[in-house]
Amino acid sequence: MKFVDEYRDPAAARVAIDQIEALAGDRHLKFMEVCGGHTHTIYKHGIENVLPESVELVHGPGCPVCVIPMGRVDDAIAVAEEPGVIFTSFGDMMRVPGGHGNLLEAKARGADVRMVYSPLDALRIAEVNPDKQVVFFAVGFETTAPSTAVTLLKARERDVTNFSVFCNHVTIVPPLKAILESPDLRLDGFLGPGHVSTVIGNRPYRFVPGVYGKPLVTAGFEPLDILQAIVMLLRQINEGRCEVENQYTRAVVDQGNPRALAILGQVFELRPHFEWRGLGFISQSALKLRDDFAAFDAELRFQVPGVRVADPKACQCGEVLKGVIKPWECKVFGTACTPETPIGTCMVSSEGACAAYYNYGRFTRSTTIPVRAAEPVG
Amino acid sequence: MAPEPAPDREEHHAPSREEVVLERIEAFRRRRPKLKDDFINSAHGAGGKASAALIDAVFVEAFRNDTLEAMTDGAVVALPSGDRVAFSTDGFVVKPLRFPGGSIGHLAIHGTVNDLAMMGAVPKWISAAFVIEDGFPIAELHQIVADMREAAVHAGVEVVTGDTKVVNKGAADGVYITTAGMGTVPAGVELSASKVEPGDKVLVSGKIGDHGVAVMIARGDLALEADIPSDTAPLNELVEKLLAAAPNTRFLRDPTRGGVATVCNELARASEVAVVLQESALPIRGIVNGACEILGIDPLYVANEGKLVAVVPADEADSALAAMRAHPFGADAAVIGEIRDEPPGIVILNTGFGGNRIVDMLVGDPLPRIC
Amino acid sequence: MCLGIPGQLVEIVDENEHRGIADVDGVRREINIGLVMGEAGGINVGDWVLIHVGFAMSRIDEEEAQKTLDFLKLMGSVYDDELDQLRMDTPL
Repeated sequence: MKFVDEYRDPAAARVAIDQIEALAGDRHLKFMEVCGGHTHTIYKHGIENVLPESVELVHGPGCPVCVIPMGRVDDAIAVAEEPGVIFTSFGDMMRVPGGHGNLLEAKARGADVRMVYSPLDALRIAEVNPDKQVVFFAVGFETTAPSTAVTLLKARERDVTNFSVFCNHVTIVPPLKAILESPDLRLDGFLGPGHVSTVIGNRPYRFVPGVYGKPLVTAGFEPLDILQAIVMLLRQINEGRCEVENQYTRAVVDQGNPRALAILGQVFELRPHFEWRGLGFISQSALKLRDDFAAFDAELRFQVPGVRVADPKACQCGEVLKGVIKPWECKVFGTACTPETPIGTCMVSSEGACAAYYNYGRFTRSTTIPVRAAEPVG
Repeated sequence: MAPEPAPDREEHHAPSREEVVLERIEAFRRRRPKLKDDFINSAHGAGGKASAALIDAVFVEAFRNDTLEAMTDGAVVALPSGDRVAFSTDGFVVKPLRFPGGSIGHLAIHGTVNDLAMMGAVPKWISAAFVIEDGFPIAELHQIVADMREAAVHAGVEVVTGDTKVVNKGAADGVYITTAGMGTVPAGVELSASKVEPGDKVLVSGKIGDHGVAVMIARGDLALEADIPSDTAPLNELVEKLLAAAPNTRFLRDPTRGGVATVCNELARASEVAVVLQESALPIRGIVNGACEILGIDPLYVANEGKLVAVVPADEADSALAAMRAHPFGADAAVIGEIRDEPPGIVILNTGFGGNRIVDMLVGDPLPRIC
Repeated sequence: MCLGIPGQLVEIVDENEHRGIADVDGVRREINIGLVMGEAGGINVGDWVLIHVGFAMSRIDEEEAQKTLDFLKLMGSVYDDELDQLRMDTPL
């Protein structure tokens, strides 16, 4: 697959890993990959067990599925169970538990819950089912929000009155700031979220080196992208630089996508505050529909319970997200909190730091389980 | 193979807390999952953890006997004469009923033929029961049955008995078919997960993921277009050739729901061995890979209907591979991994990139994801 | 966080409605190209785009893609011998 396979070459990876080892020396450096997509790549390809011990990756808050508070999932289920509603959602949200079960269970009880690949598919369902109310469960960072915005513009243009959006779009900079503000932060640099940056560009991250003195390199999603970004971070540190750099130049330009940004501004405005699972309330960290689009706002069209479900006390997701502890250091990890019965945000989706660690496991350099990597078979 | 005692870890260093936690997870992973749900949902039919939990808690619990508890695709029972027969049954619900490369009719025959073949049996007789929705077009039923006939002739089996029920409109999705099959097990053929040993090789008979992706695309709700036909095919002849070339073949299983990953996990648990797969050796069509990338799903978990996973002793791997490749349904066969003793109950994938990761049981149906 | 897949724009179905067809390794899907139409040079059949939830989010710059690979190659040039050795050892 073009633009994919060439970034998975094991021989090139070996070279990058040698570089990383040489550049890191005998320090112990912690870098956070902000984005859940990076976390997924890291586990899917087993990157952690090829990295030298001097470099540790901390998995950040950038999984839009994990950060949705349980109360919002309960609201979604309440809307889905209203008579005459077709509730549409990305596959990712179907298994995410609220306080009272998940959407798959609501579907099993008789709610018309359908999986869609694109918000435009949800709009199409509304157009062919004029006697039903079709609701789209919008989640995602700035990467996904423009597609919801375009869909809403089309809905208004075509006067599709039976379509509405339950908006849970969030923004990346406020949680990043919240993490940087944390007094117990132990990070030496950041891998910036490549796909969010296709929309917002690299400029919004300038406060990371500017105010907090941490380097950030926007990175792509193939294994070699991640290794190269680590090399770039190490070079910055070794050369005494601290800036925003872009590894993912094939897809990201500094100014982002002005068209997408304009459409975002036309359709959405910032919520005064929004609750993040694991991180608590963060001001101006999420999007809601502007008044012009109130007719398409599912929160106004339907009665949503709006009950807050507090994060369980035993859960230490906040500390995991800040890199203070590792997933396995949490008190409930792997006992009360597992992918089948997640307690905290990090265990909710396969991209969450804890779920990724649990599912894909990790034969660390220090364990004695003999796994001979890349040994030929057959 | 008698389960070996856990080999001594290096005694001189106490396990770190991380190791303790990892060890606990691995132990948990090896356990059969427990049923915690109050209501059936789609995950219980997906072939992953939820299915295993349901089968254990409801069916095995009620019917408990040695043959059932072997948890194989079919049962091998001995007749008073000493001859052995294999017996298997399978229900077929697929939407759409017709998809590129086949229909529910083909699946209904191939599915049961293959389950019998995986026991090492020669499939002979099939029964078919139809649950049909009120208002279903008879012309469409004719077509489906013609597909069954075609598949039966091809596989060399006869449909010898059957049943028909009609249910109210809305109580079934068009037509559901249940087939059962019987076959004879040749003397000396004994396939079982318990015979699998460290050092054995793991083979797959061809490209993986075709059927699941073909059906997902044929449903149309993802608006994807791709020329991917289902791989639905009878595997009895392939098995016959394979067993002739590799008479000490240990274990066969067709990776239907849940895919190759699920078969390997079930094997690892049942035989208390590690299955180590080589990502770069997995045969996957580019177009299937493309569809999986778009949908964010892993082809290792996608269903096949005309493939088998075989475990053979290392010294028979070459002849097994050659025999499969000589058959049209095994032309793309490959050695994809091997059996090791450590860590037991776990499937590991050596990634093409040089790292490795655990391939766990699937929790439910693979859902397309956007993030 | 956001699955982005490289695909090639193989057809523009309706420029006003922003409808195009992308090909990912032989799999085709209609995508919305409205968000990338503002880029310098517009968007043309044959261009590679990054696809997310059925939308082209950005155009993939082939020249930049090559530069990234060159960076990795350059990094490795001092390790050439070692690399050759590795290629022999590693089953690809």
